Amino acid sequence: MPEKKIRVLVGKPGLDGHDRGAKVIARALRDAGMEVIYTGLRQTPEMIAEAALQEDVDAVGLSILSGAHLTLVPRIIELIRANGQDDVRIFVGGIIPDEDVPKLRELGVDGVYGPGSPTHAIIDDIRKLIQPAS
Amino acid sequence: MSLQDAVLKGERLAVSRLLTAVENDTAEGQAALNELFVHTGKAHLIGITGAPGTGKSSLVNQIALHYRKAATPLNIAIVAVDPSSPFTGGAVLGDRVRMRELSGDSGVFIRSMATRGSLGGLATATAGMTQVLDAAGFDVILIETVGAGQSEVEVAKLAHTVLVVDVPGLGDDVQAIKAGILEIADILVLNKADRPGVEAAERALLGMLKLGHPTKHLVQHHGKLEEVLAPAEAVTDDWLIPIRRTVATDGEGLPELLEVMGKHKAHLQHTGDWQRRERARLHTQLQDLVQHSLMTEWRGRVTDAQYTQALDKLVARELSPRQALQTLL
Repeated sequence: MPEKKIRVLVGKPGLDGHDRGAKVIARALRDAGMEVIYTGLRQTPEMIAEAALQEDVDAVGLSILSGAHLTLVPRIIELIRANGQDDVRIFVGGIIPDEDVPKLRELGVDGVYGPGSPTHAIIDDIRKLIQPAS
Repeated sequence: MSLQDAVLKGERLAVSRLLTAVENDTAEGQAALNELFVHTGKAHLIGITGAPGTGKSSLVNQIALHYRKAATPLNIAIVAVDPSSPFTGGAVLGDRVRMRELSGDSGVFIRSMATRGSLGGLATATAGMTQVLDAAGFDVILIETVGAGQSEVEVAKLAHTVLVVDVPGLGDDVQAIKAGILEIADILVLNKADRPGVEAAERALLGMLKLGHPTKHLVQHHGKLEEVLAPAEAVTDDWLIPIRRTVATDGEGLPELLEVMGKHKAHLQHTGDWQRRERARLHTQLQDLVQHSLMTEWRGRVTDAQYTQALDKLVARELSPRQALQTLL
């Protein structure tokens, strides 16, 4: 009986040391029946892209509170696409000023979530965009 | 190029995608494994098991680092298993957190997987996934089980060499002689050896080994530990389970651990146990497949209504469990 699961990498790129938000998301996705690979703090874009490749994830969720999202996110997307993972969906959460949201969208980010975003909204978005890998 | 050809060349995206296909037991995954099977059987499969929090992931990280630092660095694959929730089927796979030092090294490939309902410390697909990595040319495959209690011993059927990780303070000498996880060790690792209680823990493990092995004894004689050998005719080619102390957070004891892991591999090859373990492993895998396919076939024959009816009668005490079974076969 083949079992298909949505696999999501939750990563914390950059130097801020607060991963409570990332852990809340990881836990919520777990409770939604997904398999969440958690990488821990202070990851470089290279580390996140490498983990996404080795884990063959369907989505990458990035938690960034440092304000460096416009530097980190494009680099991570570039590396993931260079690895040949064209269909991996990218989600970003954290402290993202409103005016940056369209910029991130333009870079290929599928969803941006600020403080107070209900976890079910994130779960619904992921489910909508991803059919479990076959 | 087909997926299996790309895997044979060690292309990482292909390896990763085939691992997913095998984990999900898709037709594509099965077909590729059929083609790749002839290329497997070369890698040294090393299982690492032990209770939650004993430092398995940190130890795996250090073992991989030391293999990579060796004069002739080996290519290392890691399969790290964490539990799925029995309620939602979801999982948080966090073993990579302790393996950040390995990133950026193209000679290392780390894959996390969830148990997806399997008990026994591994997932159903773990064996198949190690075959993919074996075919992809990894020399050593480190298999980290879920945090294991006393009976998660599946890894002993999969690995050539099993490391059981213990730490000071987990239990006394009676815990140490109970059946179960300590029995499957080829090497006992006493991790967190910088903690108090390490002497007592090592004594308890040594005591267990002494009770179990007939040919070599350590005896307390006037307060001194002395080694007593049995008569020459009783000395066999048996592997004497060594204990190695480590501190996985800083790598202390790792060279000694790697040395004894190498000795175990040589022992397996020299005594023919390598082939015997290979046979036992494939026997287990074949049995699992037979069970799985009989179950699927039976599931296709019995309707849900038939099954529910039998269960209802069982609940009403009209049938015993075995009588209910008869109605479903």
